[in-house]
Amino acid sequence: MAERVLMKGNEALAEAALRAGCRFYSGYPITPQTEILEYLSTRMPEVGGFFIQAESELCGINMVFGAAATGARAFTTSSGPGYSLKQEGISYLAGSDLPAVIIDVMRIGSALGDIFMGQGDYWQLTRGGGHGDYRTIVLAPNSVQENVDIVQLAFDLADKYLHPVIIASDAGIGQMMEPVELPDFVEEDRSKHDWWRAKGNTAGDAKNTHKISNVYYKMWDPNFCEQIGYTDYPTYLKDKYKAIEENEQRWESYMTEDAEAVLVAYGSSSRVAKETVNIARAQGFKLGMIRPITLWPFPVKAFEEAKAAKVFCTVEVNILGQMKDDVEAAVKHRVPVGFVGDFFEVPDSDRIIEYVKEMLK
Amino acid sequence: MYVKKLPEYMNFAAPSCQGCGHGLIIRLMAEVCEELGVTGKTILVRDVACGGSASGAWNVDSITAAHGRPIPVANGVKGASPENIVIAHIGDGAAYSIGSAELVHAALRGDNITVIVVNNTVYGMTGGQMSPATLPAEKTASSPKGKDADRYGVLNVVDLIGNLNCTYLARGELYDVPAINKSKAMIKKAIQNQIDGKGFSLVEILSPCPTNLHMTPLKTKEFMHEEATKFFPLGEFVDK
Repeated sequence: MAERVLMKGNEALAEAALRAGCRFYSGYPITPQTEILEYLSTRMPEVGGFFIQAESELCGINMVFGAAATGARAFTTSSGPGYSLKQEGISYLAGSDLPAVIIDVMRIGSALGDIFMGQGDYWQLTRGGGHGDYRTIVLAPNSVQENVDIVQLAFDLADKYLHPVIIASDAGIGQMMEPVELPDFVEEDRSKHDWWRAKGNTAGDAKNTHKISNVYYKMWDPNFCEQIGYTDYPTYLKDKYKAIEENEQRWESYMTEDAEAVLVAYGSSSRVAKETVNIARAQGFKLGMIRPITLWPFPVKAFEEAKAAKVFCTVEVNILGQMKDDVEAAVKHRVPVGFVGDFFEVPDSDRIIEYVKEMLK
Repeated sequence: MYVKKLPEYMNFAAPSCQGCGHGLIIRLMAEVCEELGVTGKTILVRDVACGGSASGAWNVDSITAAHGRPIPVANGVKGASPENIVIAHIGDGAAYSIGSAELVHAALRGDNITVIVVNNTVYGMTGGQMSPATLPAEKTASSPKGKDADRYGVLNVVDLIGNLNCTYLARGELYDVPAINKSKAMIKKAIQNQIDGKGFSLVEILSPCPTNLHMTPLKTKEFMHEEATKFFPLGEFVDK
């Protein structure tokens, strides 16, 4: 039954996965996502699921690969440095058309960076990151409630497109406590994957053998080919990515219609950006905000609404402004795009307003 | 005349080189699963390359893992779907080099899976390079003057995981019919253990690779039987 509780963001993510029907988790400790691992170490057995603390992130993602190949709802979690290690497995999930959810509770910096709140992994998450031509669907919550809602969505999208889905959370969202409404439990349904999943071939013939293949010759698998109606893999892939880009853009627009300047922010920094819009409006400065909820596909449609904007500015917690080039592409380089950000914290509203006003001069 | 029947689920699509042991090992797995009545619920997790191709001859459901990762993938399958029988089919390079951490920890945890390691002392598909199981002074594509064992060593899986939490650890060969039958009995025990929920079982099979050892199939067989067994003795090392 749905219930309203006060919960930490990371624990809400974990509980939401169970309520979405997921009964498989393999993870490895890394700050700031470790509460997910800790929470599931006791909670997963309570609901009859499989929990394992893997010896590395590499092993964690490969166990998820195995579980996903049986059609199970499976997930793993990490943060920047550990997410880098998962890239091999994510490339294999994408190349093998397997549904899985991977959560990155972001921190700052490359190398070890540090454990503080940050948005250090935007490029890695949205560009693929592993080898080969693939992208993953990337969802970015900005509250504990949205953590819960987005986990359900992530599993549904993974199932719909047979594709890995990433949740880009951050230490701010992960560590904060907020009231949250938890949804009812839903049952995992592997039967919808019966046409492709590894479950044991009881017929005994080659035609009914399910071969989860990680090579681009998947079209040799008669089952897969017959079911999806494609005769060549490149066309299937192109159409799959096109469909995702067309159907799955998600965003929140806030006062963009008459805005002369628009902030673009996601996750923790979008909370400050929204507050900045309110402060600026109170001062008579027509500021607006676009909050991408899908980082990929990037919500380019959102920018069509912001017709009056003379400048756009991303607000991020990283050094180089990783989202800036996506915004430049979304506005087709017609207007200037700035970046205001910091390494250690979300820039405060005064600084953001000052920066944007400078851009407008 | 007694003609041995082809086991169920077998086809003739095994693209192996002449004298290669992979085809035989796949057939042994197929015979064992048939005898144990588990073929219809077996999921084979393959590594890339030779073993992966050879296992196409067996019509069980299968998953191709990344190189070196069949063991954690098999454990993932078992965790999500405990009613299936899961076999990780893997070579010496995958098991003892790139996948060694995964091997050690699966054995340490006693994961309830079956691992079959095909040890032919080289990386086969990439053209016969040196592996941790290459014998001292053995010439390979990446050790053309012979393996410098002082620098690279020779890894015996019994030394690596023998004292961990294995339920069954054995090594067989394919030299002649009695040897093949012994290897088959080992595979059978390893799969029976999984059926009984007893934990981690690994069987290594010494398998000839004439193509990369640059010998005739017969000579390669002799080499594995005479030379490889000096470093990789046959037998059951853990049997709980």
